[in-house]
Amino acid sequence: MVSTTTVNGKHSKHDVMLYALSTCIWCKKTKKLLDTMDVKYDFIWVDQLAGQDEDDVMKQVKKHNPDCTVPTMVIDGKTCIVGFKEPEIKKALS
Amino acid sequence: MRSGREVEADIRALADEDGYYLNPDREITGGIIEGIAANEERLGYWRCPCRMSNGDRAQDIDIICPCAYRDADLEDYGRCYCALYVTKEYLDRGSPGDPIPERRPRSKWEKPSVSPSAAPGAGKPAAAGPIKVWRCEVCGYLCARADAPAVCPICRAKKDRFEEFDLQR
Repeated sequence: MVSTTTVNGKHSKHDVMLYALSTCIWCKKTKKLLDTMDVKYDFIWVDQLAGQDEDDVMKQVKKHNPDCTVPTMVIDGKTCIVGFKEPEIKKALS
Repeated sequence: MRSGREVEADIRALADEDGYYLNPDREITGGIIEGIAANEERLGYWRCPCRMSNGDRAQDIDIICPCAYRDADLEDYGRCYCALYVTKEYLDRGSPGDPIPERRPRSKWEKPSVSPSAAPGAGKPAAAGPIKVWRCEVCGYLCARADAPAVCPICRAKKDRFEEFDLQR
């Protein structure tokens, strides 16, 4: 099981998982949006993984987003938002 | 590691040559260029900073910036997948819009990685043979020689971004 990094926030109603690349500005913007919204979330920099960990995480991403594009945000294990879609993210987490 | 400014100068020159622009949003452009510089340092090539990959150059060949999908995305959406390169129309529109769909076919990365020797232009240079026409898939530069040049004299793209060009097609 690959460990994720948890960012604490005032709003913890939803279980939020963010799959991101450390080189991707859109992933960083998404992360910053969550920080600004003061939402509790977990994230993984997928490009900083290697070997089995990377394969495992890719499988997780693929389950929700078959194209494996980033940022992929999974909310409560079911709602998946792909890309920096500010209004959609705000709506889902309000 | 080269500074973002040095990498940006190269990218700006590529954009100028092709008649494109860099995104006027400094946060976006600066962030993308930082990502490209980080990939240059880590992988030795400009792997697209917004796409997943396993760091294998042969498999990533179509997503080395400027990627093989840039021109089509600029044509259809006025921006490339990352929104680093944009068109005049995009600039005039003034609003960034939503993320665009991924054009790269899944088969490009779902298949097991091709061995470096099987990749076109990679591995040992071919022995001098009959003259062929080679096309740089980045800038369109054509040359006639036994083997593709090590780097494109126009845009500095590496050898493995050249394809054999059939003049009859």
